[in-house]
Amino acid sequence: MATVDNAVPPGEDPAPFHEAVDDPRRRDFINIAAVAWAGVGGAIVVLPLINQMSPSADVLALSTTEVDLSKIEAGQGVVTSFRKQPLFVRHLTPKEIAEADAVPLGELRDPQTLADRTKPGKTNWLITLGVCTHLGCIPLGIHEGENRGQFGGYFCPCHGSQYDTAARIRKGPAPKNLAVPPYTFSSDTTVTVG
Amino acid sequence: MSFPWAKHYEPKFALTKWVDERLPLPRLVYNAVGAGYPVPRNLNYFWNFGVLAGAALAAQIVTGIVLAMHYAANGGVAFDSVEHIMRDVNAGWFLRYAHANGASMFFIVVYIHIFRGLYYGSYKAPREIVWLLGVVIFLLMMATAFMGYVLPWGQMSFWGAQVITGFFSAIPIVGDTIRVWLLGGYAPDDAALNRFFSLHYLLPFVIAAVIVLHIWALHIPGSNNPTGVDVKGEQDTVPFHPYYTAKDGFGLGIFLVLFAFLIFFAPNYLGHPDNYIPANPLATPAHIVPEWYFWPFYAILRAFTSDFILPAKLWGVLAMFGSIVLLFFLPWLDSSPVRSTNYRPLYRIFFWVLVADVLVLGYCGGSPAEPAYVIVSQIAAAYYFAHFLVILPIVSRMERPRPLPNSITEAVLAKHGGTSPTETAMSGSVLTAE
Repeated sequence: MATVDNAVPPGEDPAPFHEAVDDPRRRDFINIAAVAWAGVGGAIVVLPLINQMSPSADVLALSTTEVDLSKIEAGQGVVTSFRKQPLFVRHLTPKEIAEADAVPLGELRDPQTLADRTKPGKTNWLITLGVCTHLGCIPLGIHEGENRGQFGGYFCPCHGSQYDTAARIRKGPAPKNLAVPPYTFSSDTTVTVG
Repeated sequence: MSFPWAKHYEPKFALTKWVDERLPLPRLVYNAVGAGYPVPRNLNYFWNFGVLAGAALAAQIVTGIVLAMHYAANGGVAFDSVEHIMRDVNAGWFLRYAHANGASMFFIVVYIHIFRGLYYGSYKAPREIVWLLGVVIFLLMMATAFMGYVLPWGQMSFWGAQVITGFFSAIPIVGDTIRVWLLGGYAPDDAALNRFFSLHYLLPFVIAAVIVLHIWALHIPGSNNPTGVDVKGEQDTVPFHPYYTAKDGFGLGIFLVLFAFLIFFAPNYLGHPDNYIPANPLATPAHIVPEWYFWPFYAILRAFTSDFILPAKLWGVLAMFGSIVLLFFLPWLDSSPVRSTNYRPLYRIFFWVLVADVLVLGYCGGSPAEPAYVIVSQIAAAYYFAHFLVILPIVSRMERPRPLPNSITEAVLAKHGGTSPTETAMSGSVLTAE
């Protein structure tokens, strides 16, 4: 049988081994098709190997948290947990709301009003993640008596980020305001986060 | 590099040339599984199984690494972590079933690979070290598979660990001490589970390293072939690529179809339902049975029921390990100058009897230890040892082989009704294995 690299057996007449060859040959097409199809198969196999690292069903199941607001007095805050991260729920006093509203947006690194960061008619409930947007430390200030920084919100002692009473970044290295998670008021005194 | 006419690597691009001058890795691959490795032109599909075994190991390592991202090696949570993989992790069911059945696929192809070597005399000179390394790989595989089976911490996992580590307590005087040391306790528990997990992660990479040696040792004399006759010239070989890459690729496709069938249609067919019961140190399953690939050895273990000089327990353990250690001596137990069993009419009968014997042992090993099965196990185990220690040495000395073809090419042309290009008539019996 003639082969491409054609080893004509020694002592044989080479003539019958030379056939007319098209270019591209049928075999080129078969080669490319086979390798391409194997590539498709390989790519499909890789998908579950990658996707197994995404959050699993039990992690996703923990992605909503219910918070009871009835026990939180104005001026107080509680830390709960949302997606295994600290969640700051703070009941702002009228004075803190006024302080936040008095800040001109132009002065802010990440311009947002308090209204942008709360629900309509519920501006006294400031619900944010307790994760400093600089490097992910937990800022102080949710509990009474902790250092709230010079803006009366939160203070992250690790690298000195200071947040105001709307949890907006005002000073220090953090680039963004404390994140507001998606949440809804399922009743007047209950919040469903996530 | 095994033959002078092997093609030489010539980098096609400036970049590959630049790399090759600094780290000749592309050259290494080219000479190992590329056109730089000349292979006998007459290999049949039994020569696919080495590559398939390599593919099976690669699949096990890939699925194993990702499973280890979700598994927890702790007696309190191990079983639940496997169920977490099955139910919660994305594609976790697929990964675990692929890993569990991949072990079976690995053993299936390796058993065929071993019997291929037995039939075609691939263990004979000059390939003894290839064979010895193969037996080392087989032992490592058994250790790895056993430790992996313990990890889900079901009933069979636990009692398997109990029974297998019990082998070591058969050692006189120090046996119990060794067993306690192996387990890190008096029964399988967290300590054992953690070390088994650690070693189960490590050993496949050791296997991969020994496979590199196995292939390295193979490529010195070059591959054997169905006639067992040495390569005599360039006309006897074809470059590995594209000829055997294409053939192996086809075989791999068939392998993957069967593998996929197991995963998607019979994922638990080869498993034992008792392993879906969490480990309970206070209750033994009715029948402690290993996975199917250990059945023949399990039958040999259980074939010894009475004390004779040494205790029965020790005999069983010695025989079981002996049945594998025996394979190390095979190149010297078989003194026939002819490699391929195709030309050994008498041995050919005994070869197939051995295959049947191993299958019988397997059937008995998978059955409960009832008197009938034990008696059959005893006969079959005795025959297994007789085959290697008595029959093979005698047969290899007394049988008269059929005449060998003068060359691989001649055999190929004779088979396909052509004439030999060298015009040599089939000469009489050629008994020298060149």
